[in-house]
Amino acid sequence: MGIYYSVEDLVGAAARENKKISEIVLEDQARELEKPEPELYRTMLESFRVMQQSVEDGIDPDMRSVSGLSGGGAYKMKQAVDKGRTLCGKVFGTALVRALAVSESNACMGKIVAAPTAGSCGIIPAALLTVMEDRELPERDVVMALFTASAFGMVIANNASISGAQGGCQAECGAASAMAAAALTELAGGTPQMAGHACAIAMKNILGLVCDPVAGLVEIPCIKRNAMGVANAFVGAELALAGIQSAIPADEVIVAMKRIGDAMPRSLKETSEGGLAATPTGKRLKKEIFGDS
Amino acid sequence: MNVFDIIGPVMIGPSSSHTAGAVRIGRIAGALLDGKPVSAHILLHGSFAKTYRGHGTDKALVAGIMGMSPSDPRIRDSLALAKERNLSVVFEKGEIEGAHPNTAVITLTDGQGHTATLQGASVGGGNIVISEINGMKVDVTGQQTTLLILHRDVPGVIAHVTNYIASQGVNIGNFKLTRGHKGETALMTIEVDGEFSRESNAGIEKLPDVLRSTMLRPD
Repeated sequence: MGIYYSVEDLVGAAARENKKISEIVLEDQARELEKPEPELYRTMLESFRVMQQSVEDGIDPDMRSVSGLSGGGAYKMKQAVDKGRTLCGKVFGTALVRALAVSESNACMGKIVAAPTAGSCGIIPAALLTVMEDRELPERDVVMALFTASAFGMVIANNASISGAQGGCQAECGAASAMAAAALTELAGGTPQMAGHACAIAMKNILGLVCDPVAGLVEIPCIKRNAMGVANAFVGAELALAGIQSAIPADEVIVAMKRIGDAMPRSLKETSEGGLAATPTGKRLKKEIFGDS
Repeated sequence: MNVFDIIGPVMIGPSSSHTAGAVRIGRIAGALLDGKPVSAHILLHGSFAKTYRGHGTDKALVAGIMGMSPSDPRIRDSLALAKERNLSVVFEKGEIEGAHPNTAVITLTDGQGHTATLQGASVGGGNIVISEINGMKVDVTGQQTTLLILHRDVPGVIAHVTNYIASQGVNIGNFKLTRGHKGETALMTIEVDGEFSRESNAGIEKLPDVLRSTMLRPD
């Protein structure tokens, strides 16, 4: 395989060999990169450690971005979770804390793992770390789930895009959300087919999402969209694990995402010329940060 | 593409193209200069010019010039660090005809007055393309170990260099030659597979008519 072009092939290969998608991917990438499996596992483990640290870093109440637009949100959300003031309970609330933490850490020049991009870096760590903690899963399972997430991301990158400038936010937070949904499904014991459906469902839910960063910065609305992205990943995984299938296969959803991205006007693809960036407040914030330059 | 292009790179935020890519451009500029830079002039074009402060692109470029990698936490404090190291930095916003929206032109000067200039663009996901070095057109991505060999434009130099690389048991993946004027200086850009040692690179500089060889390694 080497490079993945279809969810169907990926799911089919795992089902045929009666293995997890992550196992197939690790074996395959070791062959492709001509490196032993343990070395690739270690590299992924290092990324996982950075993800854990970025969650810790992002909960700092005093952290602020260079622009002054963001910081401190994860801390507020954590307080709500700690005091039992959430609507959806601890697991979901904690996932939101982590998505905000990593994403705010990114905005504040903290160390993060682009997953698949810096703008969408909060979704995958928030999803996986939260389920790992809640279910007391071994670390190895979660690091392996990152290989599953990567493989789905590679299919999306090969057939559509993972860049906001090319495909809008559906290509960044959408891809991260679909990758996380598939990885969560594997982590929770779902079949490879279920992981494929989870990816499809999560991606369907986010089609058409525009990339409209205020003042061109990876802050508004990117940070809150990371929180939305992890919520959506749970939706995809939860439905798939319940046996619900996506009527439209994942590969067709990905092609639809590409076509929607192509049809989107330039003003809604990271140019900050449309959407929230073009609102009166968006323009005022830009002027406050950059002056008239 | 492999899994680590999707989950990765490990980097300092907030933007793979405005921050991580900017560090990589700066790193290559820093590697071009023999001595320590004492001054840096950085021209920013397009989106780099418009959003560099909010994205920390300025800090990232200077961090790269000082040799840091995209995951170095000191990027945040690089402007202060530059001051401590007596590196003076000037930023200028400008327009470069036909350039990619995320482009910087960096000119570095060392204590002896030697200079190095490059033009580089951050093309997405932290990937970069250096399009010009010291006035010569190049096409360097820095994703593989790359040798930039400045040499006299005379017969036989390319044969000497490529034979020498072969003698080190190293395979050439990509080769490009650029020259300013016939018979003056020329630049070989050679991407090699796998590892290439510092000693091997020093060996290239001893070959006849080679003026300088700069080795760039992926970060």
